[in-house]
Amino acid sequence: MAGSGYDEHEYDVIVIGAGGAGLRAAIESARQGAKTAIITKSLLGKAHTVMAEGGCAAALANADDRDGWKVHFHDTMKGSKYLADWRMAELHAKEAPDRVRELEQWGAVFDRTPSHVINQRNFGGHTFPRLAHVGDSTGLEIIRTLQERGIHEGIDMFTEYTVRHLLKEGDRVTGCVAYGRVKGDFKAFSAKSIVLATGGITRCWTVCSGSWEYTGDGHALALWAGAELRDMEFVQFHPTGMVWPPSVRGILVTEGVRGEGGRLFNNQMERFMFEYVPEMFRGDHAETEAEADTWVEEVVSGKIATVRRPPELLTRDVVAKAINEEVKAGRGSPHGGAFLDISHRGKEAIQKKLPSMYHQFMELAGVDISEEMMEVGPTAHYVMGGVRVDPLTQESTVPGLYACGEIASGLHGANRLGGNSLSDLIVFGKRAGEHAAQRARNLAPPRIDEDQVKASIATMLEPLQRGEGENPGLIYDEMRDMMQAKVGIIRTKEELEEALEDLKAFRARADACFPGTDRRYNSGWHQALDLINMADISTVAALAALTREESRGGHTRDDFPVPDESHWGQHLNIVWMEDGDIKIRQERIEPIRHDLQVSLDEVKAMIKERAEEQGGGK
Amino acid sequence: MSLKGRKQAFRVTRGIGEGADMQDYEIELDEGMVVLDCVHRIQYEQEPELAVRWNCKAGKCGSCSAEINGRPRLMCMTRMSDVVKETPKGVPIEIRPMKAFPHIKDLVTDVSWNYEVAQRIAPIKGPEEANWKFNQTEAHRVQHFRECIECFLCVNTCHVLRDHQEFDAFAGPRNLVRLAQYEMHPLDEEDRIPEIRKEFGVEYCNITRCCTEVCPAGIQITDDAIIQLKERVVDRYYDPLQRIWRVISGKKVRM
Ligand SMILES: Cc1cc2nc3c(=O)[nH]c(=O)nc-3n(C[C@H](O)[C@H](O)[C@H](O)COP(=O)(O)OP(=O)(O)OC[C@H]3O[C@@H](n4cnc5c(N)ncnc54)[C@H](O)[C@@H]3O)c2cc1C
Ligand code: SF4
Ligand code: SF4
Ligand code: FES
Repeated sequence: MAGSGYDEHEYDVIVIGAGGAGLRAAIESARQGAKTAIITKSLLGKAHTVMAEGGCAAALANADDRDGWKVHFHDTMKGSKYLADWRMAELHAKEAPDRVRELEQWGAVFDRTPSHVINQRNFGGHTFPRLAHVGDSTGLEIIRTLQERGIHEGIDMFTEYTVRHLLKEGDRVTGCVAYGRVKGDFKAFSAKSIVLATGGITRCWTVCSGSWEYTGDGHALALWAGAELRDMEFVQFHPTGMVWPPSVRGILVTEGVRGEGGRLFNNQMERFMFEYVPEMFRGDHAETEAEADTWVEEVVSGKIATVRRPPELLTRDVVAKAINEEVKAGRGSPHGGAFLDISHRGKEAIQKKLPSMYHQFMELAGVDISEEMMEVGPTAHYVMGGVRVDPLTQESTVPGLYACGEIASGLHGANRLGGNSLSDLIVFGKRAGEHAAQRARNLAPPRIDEDQVKASIATMLEPLQRGEGENPGLIYDEMRDMMQAKVGIIRTKEELEEALEDLKAFRARADACFPGTDRRYNSGWHQALDLINMADISTVAALAALTREESRGGHTRDDFPVPDESHWGQHLNIVWMEDGDIKIRQERIEPIRHDLQVSLDEVKAMIKERAEEQGGGK
Repeated sequence: MSLKGRKQAFRVTRGIGEGADMQDYEIELDEGMVVLDCVHRIQYEQEPELAVRWNCKAGKCGSCSAEINGRPRLMCMTRMSDVVKETPKGVPIEIRPMKAFPHIKDLVTDVSWNYEVAQRIAPIKGPEEANWKFNQTEAHRVQHFRECIECFLCVNTCHVLRDHQEFDAFAGPRNLVRLAQYEMHPLDEEDRIPEIRKEFGVEYCNITRCCTEVCPAGIQITDDAIIQLKERVVDRYYDPLQRIWRVISGKKVRM
């Protein structure tokens, strides 16, 4: 495959990405009668969603009938430190149960309760057991179900194609350009609507739970096309990634381990989480180890808890920072983490409830978690920020461009609750597909603008023509190390400013690297192109982090260690690109609708009352 | 055994289709590496163009299948400490792509056939009404099959496909697992028995169990999936009692 020629394709709706969000969007779009295609970098069923472990949050109220959408709504808002878009949080809480039951009708086989319906497990920040799950491989179940449904909906699939540019006509989006990973061929697509479902950006950090795909492609495509991004300073560092051996550093250890009773220890064998309960959560967590252990006993035997939950189940930002502090204070594990212990649950229960964790530690670290403790530490896991979307339609600020799943923003605010991503995918994937298809209904097929396509192809081919330069893999590693060091869990003004300077230099190096000349399945070439979006998206994240002078959720500033309710508690960072420059401004949060405020207050009162009962009137 | 600092030789398939041959590389190892880490190190230090598929690096996505020292395995779940031990002294560790599928480049093959077969399988069809009821034991029977990560190592190993190239007549172990998963779903009402026999050629399998041996998800492909399907086919087509019952009851069954 030589030359810069390309094939043309025409669709009503193009969905970029075949994770949970993309598949769900495409299914809905096709069901609305739109001619729909999916474009994805990997083969079908390999997207990030396949890696999700713990579960999918939905207030089915199967495991505890006191649950309901209002409680889920409250938990999501509280977890987000009240920065979430309350309309999205409302829709999400109300619609997730139907979306989960729909998956069941499409073949998903979730674990069951004794009364034969979908079982639910506890997770950090969720007041009641709420996560529909399949052992610890819930993501596999969900992506396979959507994949097996999706192939019968008449959707065209372009697998192993990477989209590099969005085509525009005036202010609206009209299509996209992609290269084939296998042959190095090019395709130009005309589309009336485009749905971005490309996932996240966590590959920008060295220690991360993500795959090579997480290079922020969609975030960059949106930015370059003129769309606004929000909340980009909020990156979730999951408290429990593997830390040893080096080659597995960052690989996720599901929160399900703590949901099943896992205990965190420092090297003094102290359960340090009891010391880290923040003001906001004071009173709703166990105060003694005995109370915490009773909670686990009750919950794992299927009873409704009569005491308060262990502090290990605090939200992720809290636990990640606690582990970080312990390590800094010299109380870390040998390889710079904390100990996580689940061995008290016994081999049988562990193999049944956490089979892939058992397997993962056994195979990759030579550790038998039914007998030994795990070593765990924070890993870059999820980006709360992303494309700013209309809460009802998921349309971005660019007409015709939609976003759903991890790439979209609004539902999680400053911190996402575990399990709220898988539910996000199916709730807002459906909405995005539906509205993208509806928009397409009244439009004529856009023309493919040859000049834009040719320019795009020329940029893609450029690295192959450089003749000499650095190996892109090395730049990639160094840039990620820099992000890890300077835009990590704990941030300072000086380091963030340095990071912004460093990123300019990395960008210049990326523009001069040489990945060889082969166009067929050339991993180096793909990486050379990825470096460009990674540099831009890292810049966006660092800039937003520099601007937010407070600490909240997934964003912690050493120089501004406490939340600033009066200003930053009321404002969002909005980032966009203008004439090639990245710009930032603040926008005030819209006050919450009255009836939702009432719901929040009701739930708060209920939780307080319950905690008082469970804490024995304390 | 500590791997750190050890110089290790590899022979890796490089090139495309007929033109592919084996290339030698040497890298320095680190503690706890898996084979995929070594391939990445070769990529980053010596050969940026080297083609390899991977995603999760934790045995969950089934992207990184290859033949390591002739044994089909996931590169991300194969520890170097084990491979070094099994490789004779002075001999390089050999990494080749899966042999049963058309070669694309280096370690990457064209596995699209598996997806094409999947497309022809009728999906689940259960009650219209949501909130299905079945118990954990019933769920468990199917969940086991649903742990498949689509690595296609089983397909690569099955002699019906690898040696006899029966890609048109036989669905292969992975898709038979899929069929079993649908057929044994407690609420599924679809009938796939005639297809399992004819189109998907379950009878081609002669129960060698090689597929089960290589399955990284530990699925009992042969015993739990294929033999069960074979029995259902036998019941429908060859069981005299069932035939008589059909005549008496006047019940129509697709053949
Ligand atoms: C190890 C792990 C465990 C997790 N566990 C949980 C959990 O228990 N519960 C929970 O709720 N969440 C969990 N999460 C988070 C959740 O899995 C992800 O946020 C979610 O799956 C993202 O889904 P998505 O559909 O947005 O994107 P993905 O599933 O990542 O899919 C992205 C798709 O976009 C494609 N793509 C990207 N760029 C391009 C491009 N340029 N051109 C074409 N295609 C492109 C990719 O090929 C891919 O198909 C976990 C995450 C990880 C990493
Ligand atoms: S048991 Fe059947 S499917 Fe499996 S390898 Fe043998 S012949 Fe192939
Ligand atoms: S059945 Fe096992 S070997 Fe076959 S594709 Fe699935 S996981 Fe791989
Ligand atoms: S990379 Fe996912 S299974 Fe090996």
